Amino acid sequence: MKVLFLAHTEADGGLGKAAKEALGAAKGLGGELVVGLFGETVQQAADAVAGCGATKFYGVAGADFATARYVSDAAAAEAICKAAGADVIVAPATSRLSRVAAGVAQRIGAKIDTRLTGLEMAEGKIVATRWYYRQRMFGKIQRETSPWFVTVDSGCFAPVEAAGSASVEMLAAPVSAHSEVVEVIVPAADAQTIRPDAKLLVVAGAGWGKSQADGQKHVDEAARLILSLLSATQASLGSSKSLVDQSGEGAALPFLTHMHQVGQTGSTPRHPKGLATCCHGEEPHVVGWRFIGERRAINLDANCGWAQGKADVLYVADAFQVVAKLVDLLR
Amino acid sequence: MNGLQIVVLGSIVPDPLQTLEPVAGPTGPALKNELMLPAVLDPWAACALFEAANLAKKVAGSKVWLVALGPKAKLQQVMMSVAQKAPFELVVLDGPAGGFTDAAETASVLAGAVGKIPGLDKGKLLLFGGWQSASRSTGAVLSMVGEKLGVTEQFQGVDEIDLAKDGGFTVLERIEGGCYQKSHCKGAPALLGWATGSLPEPPNNPQVGMQNMRFIMPALAKAQPAPLKGEGLKHLGVEVPSQRRETRIVKNASVDDIARELADWIRA
Repeated sequence: MKVLFLAHTEADGGLGKAAKEALGAAKGLGGELVVGLFGETVQQAADAVAGCGATKFYGVAGADFATARYVSDAAAAEAICKAAGADVIVAPATSRLSRVAAGVAQRIGAKIDTRLTGLEMAEGKIVATRWYYRQRMFGKIQRETSPWFVTVDSGCFAPVEAAGSASVEMLAAPVSAHSEVVEVIVPAADAQTIRPDAKLLVVAGAGWGKSQADGQKHVDEAARLILSLLSATQASLGSSKSLVDQSGEGAALPFLTHMHQVGQTGSTPRHPKGLATCCHGEEPHVVGWRFIGERRAINLDANCGWAQGKADVLYVADAFQVVAKLVDLLR
Repeated sequence: MNGLQIVVLGSIVPDPLQTLEPVAGPTGPALKNELMLPAVLDPWAACALFEAANLAKKVAGSKVWLVALGPKAKLQQVMMSVAQKAPFELVVLDGPAGGFTDAAETASVLAGAVGKIPGLDKGKLLLFGGWQSASRSTGAVLSMVGEKLGVTEQFQGVDEIDLAKDGGFTVLERIEGGCYQKSHCKGAPALLGWATGSLPEPPNNPQVGMQNMRFIMPALAKAQPAPLKGEGLKHLGVEVPSQRRETRIVKNASVDDIARELADWIRA
């Protein structure tokens, strides 16, 4: 069995954490390992994993491949896949590779499964673990056909660090594009509230935007408290759909967008800890907590969803008061 | 036709509020009482449909098709409400819409259906859909359909499109860390896998509903069967994770005590 590890390089020419983890997944399958890299330059990234045991390194590089554009990335990945002729292609589920993985699979006649959380050999066959219905259930699958193209989620496999000196065979990948990447829009440092590598996820629920005990809404105070907590903890901010929808209508926290949404129609972040505030813990939201380690919640309702076995600790209290005090303690 | 030609791919999923339980079916895993579960149009596909209708409204002579693969009877129920939201013409493939089907096989039948739409100019095609479904969640089908139809300008996780008068457009795609990638494309054919988009759900419009129903009922009547065999794909088992936690409920504690306990937990 020949296994191709396929990844893009980062802006600095190196390999990202997700890519090194995907290499760990590919290596774990055994068989002959081949590495394929694309990006503006690939030598630095190839050297970073030169000692991984790969028998061959392929690369596609140049200015055309500096940015994450479907046409050029798909051409590069296709060229590498065809040159490698692998039975299994393992790639990280980054936004850049997720954009092209299925299209490339189609071009090379491969079957595809994405965002796997497990990949192992069992009785001589590859067994993949994947989730269905937005993390509501998981299953194990096998494919009887090859090639099989898979992408693997970050945080599920041990990264490979194996620096050395790699000899890379460069491949040509002609590009004919009608599109170009104009810019990457990054929130200002003080407005950055989504932090994938943070140890803590803080979720703000709809309660922050509702009338409080005095019959009044305190949206400005809610915004100040949430941002203060994020500042004190460097946590990543998530939200329930209902609060994001309120914000879209201009009624609640102005810094929330749909990108903060966690759950059935949002993201499924991975953080060691999660703190839910003013959120009821309904199932469509909590499915997005599938990969959060320790979970705590603050809610006025002792019978909310978090109390039904979804959190480790539920504090029945007013989140406005608790968060204000918590920020004082953490500063 | 001088306007936009937008084909939206989207199907039905169980209402997110339903409890889902996998069972072993004769052809592989399925959901318990699958045909009895209330269904909705897949949320991100619905965003794609609403964005398509909004674009079509801006360019005279434009047309929107919704191509849906699913059990005919369930599609009919869901279309009764979806049809009131935006004008479109429905193309139906009568087959399974569950999450356990194979992406490549699904893409193959959908591409076939799009290719057979009368009067569709593939050179002007804007292919829309959700960037992931709420069932299979692979984010693969739309892209594969695009490749099969020769649409190689593809964008995923789109939240915004800005159409220029010359037919070119700018899109914002979601990338890691809450950032957006802004790209410019010279024009159709192109594929956009939508995330949430930037539009609210349109209100029900009975007039639009009545217009749509003139086409929806005939489309359902002539739905092509699309059985998916799942060849080469073997499910070894599907289960709901048992993650029920022993929740400690802290009542009647002072704000100071709770904050102190949380601070210790966060610092640990």
